[in-house]
Amino acid sequence: MKKYDVVTTISYPKIGAMGKTGSWRVFKPIFDKAKCVKCLRCWIFCPEASIKREKDDTISIDYEYCKGCGICANECKVKAITMEREGEKK
Amino acid sequence: MTIMIDTGNYIAAKAAVMAKPDVVPAYPITPQTTLVEGIANYVGTGEFKGEYICVESEHSAMCACIGASAAGSRTFTGTSSHGLLLMHEMLHWAALARLPVVMCNINRVVGPGWNIWTDENDSISQRDTGWIQFYCSSNQEIFDTVIQAFKLAEHKNVGLPVMISYNAFILSHTSMPVEIPEQQVVDDFLGKYVPQWKLDVDNPITFGNIIGPSDYYKVRRAMQDAQDNAKKLIPQIAKEWKQKSGFYHGDLLELYKCNDAEYILLAMGAIGAESKVAIDEMQKKGIKIGLARVRTFRPFPTEEILKLGKQADLIVIDRNISIGLEGALFTEVKAALYGKSDAKVHGFIAGLGGKDVPYTDVETICKKAIDGKAKEYEWYGLEEA
Repeated sequence: MKKYDVVTTISYPKIGAMGKTGSWRVFKPIFDKAKCVKCLRCWIFCPEASIKREKDDTISIDYEYCKGCGICANECKVKAITMEREGEKK
Repeated sequence: MTIMIDTGNYIAAKAAVMAKPDVVPAYPITPQTTLVEGIANYVGTGEFKGEYICVESEHSAMCACIGASAAGSRTFTGTSSHGLLLMHEMLHWAALARLPVVMCNINRVVGPGWNIWTDENDSISQRDTGWIQFYCSSNQEIFDTVIQAFKLAEHKNVGLPVMISYNAFILSHTSMPVEIPEQQVVDDFLGKYVPQWKLDVDNPITFGNIIGPSDYYKVRRAMQDAQDNAKKLIPQIAKEWKQKSGFYHGDLLELYKCNDAEYILLAMGAIGAESKVAIDEMQKKGIKIGLARVRTFRPFPTEEILKLGKQADLIVIDRNISIGLEGALFTEVKAALYGKSDAKVHGFIAGLGGKDVPYTDVETICKKAIDGKAKEYEWYGLEEA
């Protein structure tokens, strides 16, 4: 990775630059593999790269860094991802 | 070399196109309109091969400049008055992101009331954005400064955006003969643009991200260092351009007949050119007065002005007003001398709202100060209809 000399507001890719952002979460995405149609919309739309694409094109969620924004649940057309308040099991 | 007889705006358009920017985002505003219209015309003739983007506002124009520059493109735009003010947020942005955008600003009055004539309050109010600011006094100087501005902005020790201001109508719409060098001369002078950083899919970075207090503090300091570097580079680049083109308009200051002067007049822009006639007239009458035309307001020529303050008493004409205090140049000239010179400094406001300031007025102003009849700071010509 090339680093630039100029002192300005640029930053370089790094895992967890802001720490374990999963602790910010209020709502947690819950993945139901049985409903998943492997369209990978959640994987495409996750702004934090917290959805991992599995070999069979289903997904898993990295709860260490997922902030719980809910975009994946919103994008999922078959409701295979639902949001649940942290600490409240339905 | 060819002679082109044209207005300041069309000359600026010619210079911009000869610098071969990759992207020109532009939104028209009187009196800048013919500048961007001129560049659009070069799209039609095929002389401008970059991307010309018609945007929906000046804020968008500067955003597009920032985006294009961040992607590693040489970028140019132009604006004026309210257009410049609409860009204000993005002017800070371009400078903090260290993007070498070059922009012409045609100095026009800020409304209300609606007035398209010249004064410098539009650009003076952008003083603290981090942009380098040039003020021109002739169409030849506009051409040469636009070319030099790219070299300065893109220099590895600078990396800051540059604003080239010139007076509405007095320069923007007045034709003068300008010597245009061969394209090869400009190409050789500017060389290939090497961005200091850029967005690149092969080397991913993000910009404008969150940044903590300690790092932000360093970013500000780096900008200050870049302006200090520009102070040293402006004379070097001016000298180099003189060797290539034969034209030289001064460094941070243009000194005119200052040797042995007991009084030195300081002014910016077109009043600076007009003042040369006044200096000639006064010297004929035996008054020992010279002119220091301030070409760069940022970086401010502190050391150069202090040198003048050790030689002579100073008279400052401001075509701007920092309401609640005084003319901006007057304030900063005094700050440059503080504690190090006993020179008397007189400040005059003149020419606001585009009020004409002919050389006869400049002469009257200087005489009033020299004869001891002027207050420390006053508004010239206010009582006239």
